[in-house]
Amino acid sequence: MIEARGLTKHFGNFTAVHELSFRLEEGDTLMLIGPSGCGKTTTLKMINRLIAPSAGAVFVDGRNILEQPVEAMRRRMGYVIQDIGLFPHYTVAENIGVVPRLLKWKPARIQERVGVLLEQLGLPPAEYAHKYPHQLSGGQQQRVGIARALAAEPPIVLMDEPFGALDPLTRQQARRDFREIEELRSKTVIMVTHDIEEAFEMGSFIGLLDKGEMQQLGRPQELLLQPANDFVRAFLAEKAAQLELQAVTLADVFPELSIGERPDGIFLEIPSETPLLQALYQLARQGAATVVGLTAHHGQDRWFQLDALFELFRKTLRRWNN
Amino acid sequence: MEQLSAFWQFLADNRSKLLELLLEHIGLTFLSLVLAAVVAIPLGIYITRHKRLAGAVLGIAGILQTIPSIALLGFMIPLLGIGLKPAIFALFLYALLPIIRNTYTGIEEVDVSVREAALGIGLTGRQILRQVELPLALPVIFAGLRTATVINVGVAALAAYIGAGGLGEFIFGGIALNNSVMILAGAIPAALLAVIFDQLLGLLQHSRLGNAGKMGRVALILIPLLSSSYFWPQAYGPGWKAGFDPEFIGRPDGYPHLVDTYGLSFNTTILSSALMYKAVERGEVDFIGGYSTDDRIKAYELAMLEDDRHAFPPYFCIPLVGEVVAREHPEVVDAVNLLAGRISDSVMTELNYRVDFDKVSPEVVAREFLQSLQLWRPDRAQGGERLAIGSKIFTEQYILVELFSQLINGYTDLDTDLKPGLGGTKICFDALRAGEIALYPEYTGTGLLVLLSPPQDTIQQVITEPDAVYHYVQRELAAQYGVKCLAPLGFNNTYALMARKEMAQRLGLEKISQLAGFSGQ
Repeated sequence: MIEARGLTKHFGNFTAVHELSFRLEEGDTLMLIGPSGCGKTTTLKMINRLIAPSAGAVFVDGRNILEQPVEAMRRRMGYVIQDIGLFPHYTVAENIGVVPRLLKWKPARIQERVGVLLEQLGLPPAEYAHKYPHQLSGGQQQRVGIARALAAEPPIVLMDEPFGALDPLTRQQARRDFREIEELRSKTVIMVTHDIEEAFEMGSFIGLLDKGEMQQLGRPQELLLQPANDFVRAFLAEKAAQLELQAVTLADVFPELSIGERPDGIFLEIPSETPLLQALYQLARQGAATVVGLTAHHGQDRWFQLDALFELFRKTLRRWNN
Repeated sequence: MEQLSAFWQFLADNRSKLLELLLEHIGLTFLSLVLAAVVAIPLGIYITRHKRLAGAVLGIAGILQTIPSIALLGFMIPLLGIGLKPAIFALFLYALLPIIRNTYTGIEEVDVSVREAALGIGLTGRQILRQVELPLALPVIFAGLRTATVINVGVAALAAYIGAGGLGEFIFGGIALNNSVMILAGAIPAALLAVIFDQLLGLLQHSRLGNAGKMGRVALILIPLLSSSYFWPQAYGPGWKAGFDPEFIGRPDGYPHLVDTYGLSFNTTILSSALMYKAVERGEVDFIGGYSTDDRIKAYELAMLEDDRHAFPPYFCIPLVGEVVAREHPEVVDAVNLLAGRISDSVMTELNYRVDFDKVSPEVVAREFLQSLQLWRPDRAQGGERLAIGSKIFTEQYILVELFSQLINGYTDLDTDLKPGLGGTKICFDALRAGEIALYPEYTGTGLLVLLSPPQDTIQQVITEPDAVYHYVQRELAAQYGVKCLAPLGFNNTYALMARKEMAQRLGLEKISQLAGFSGQ
């Protein structure tokens, strides 16, 4: 469990982050997103104290991290940055083993852990353990960076645009690999991104920042469907247009819609050629969780509710990008 | 070809000396290098942490680097005396800049993202330095050490100038004696040292980074070993410590003759003539081969030992003039001859004192002296034909050059160019014969033994009789080289073995022959 309370950072007269608060449980992924200079990276760096907060506090399992020895605290948080920052004079295995070594793990345990991680990340240890970073591709380097962050089994992982430096193709592959890392499912992840698709694909929560203030913090569908203010609406509308998902219609996901007995509620008929995103908006506009969408395609009837449709939307998003 | 065989012959004849100088040279280089590294690497690291100081520290180290090395060495003498200490300190100062600068830039060049990642995953500042920054900066730091080594091998050659030994002894000696084989015997090994050390450090630098540990162990053994090599020769050097200038060491009438005549042996150090008086006063050496008219004998309370077996001939000062100049400008001969017999030993000593201790310029001292003799006249004509006057490199000669110049200016229509401080007897004499200088002050004994070097029995016939030496030299220089000897100025500036008066009295030393009875300290 990690909780930020009133995190604030002033640089001289400039307020980079203002009174930011959130609370995440194990397994949550918070995507921090917003325009350049909105304070998302500053927020992330305040969590592991690379930047000292001007006010506020961060609690991990109820303990204020500002009151803990800084290096020990950082070793319990994985950290991945855009430029990766692998140690060029260390082999892949040595890079991944850095934090366990600092924590005085036994060499055999480190070796085993490195092997497991490399295997999970699709870098067979026999081939990659003894290579140097410069011998790897950008995507492979990034995977090693993630393995290094996970090595000491930290409950929390901080990621600053981890896929930002990769070319688009590699980035999609990297995101897919990332989602498939079993271990991450039980971790609390906070990731900074400027990519709305990435945010929707990966986040269990999205925090949209502007001018250092949290505009809206919530589940992805909350942001999309119940924007808290005009900024959120405008930001998402602009970005949503870029999602290229306008073209995916209910008909495209028809086999995955529910069949059979419908729950009680308000029924709303939506044509099958309606884009998925628009169908989501229509359901959301009704405002009730009990709204049931109905659609027909090639003489068959299917029904769907908001949450299920949003999951389909995310799935499609991923499929689309893959 | 002849040069080459002479070179090998010299090396063979002097191999134990060469080895000694080589070890001293290596020792000087590495002792100072180790000290510099011990200071410069932490300092370089420190300024990466305190960037505001970086400019100042690098600036100061840079300024030290630009001081001409011979000047820096000279500057050390009043602070640290002569010998090992000032040499090491000067070399240490020279080695600082490349090491500080490369440590600083090596660490600064570490990728920002690597440093951020290291910090972010929980390395402490010290761990980042040890595990990330230093290993990554190591090749650059090593390049700095290489630069410093090569600089130090070069500058260490100058350390001989202040009595610290090293291959510079051959180089300075060779220059003083115009002996190119001897110069090469110092210069070639010094150059080889620079190349070899540069290559060795290069090998270490490019050995795989993973071997940093092994590299460290090798360095740990090798560097103290190399540093201590300076002291190996000293470890078995018994006897009196004596300082001689390079010319005295090499001249047939100098050190070899002294040793032969009296059957002595010294633990010798090469010192420039300007420094040796100070060195004996400070007790850094027991004896020096000094010049009898030097004012510092009195000032530093030194005692001259009597040359009771006449190892040294009389050295009456005689101006030498090229025959062509003497024929075309008899007025020059007349002008200089105005000084004939006018300068006694004590007068010359007094003039030297005025320059060395009262810090009056040789020009003023010369003018005041000529005025006191009522010989001084203002410059008679400007823009006349120019006559070059040379001298050797010690105080007395600087004054004599001024005296000659002022007389020629006052009594003839000629103008003069002064070329004082030429490196040695051979250089002056060769310049005179080549017409590059018209005139320089020489000494009868030097003329006899160095310029003419007749057979031993001829020497024995004349050596005890000052007039006989003068007439022989005058006749033979004219006959063999076409050089004209003018009348002696009056004083006899002989070589003399000197010691601290206090020590000489304590040991009852008055004559050089007594020394044979002592085995040294």
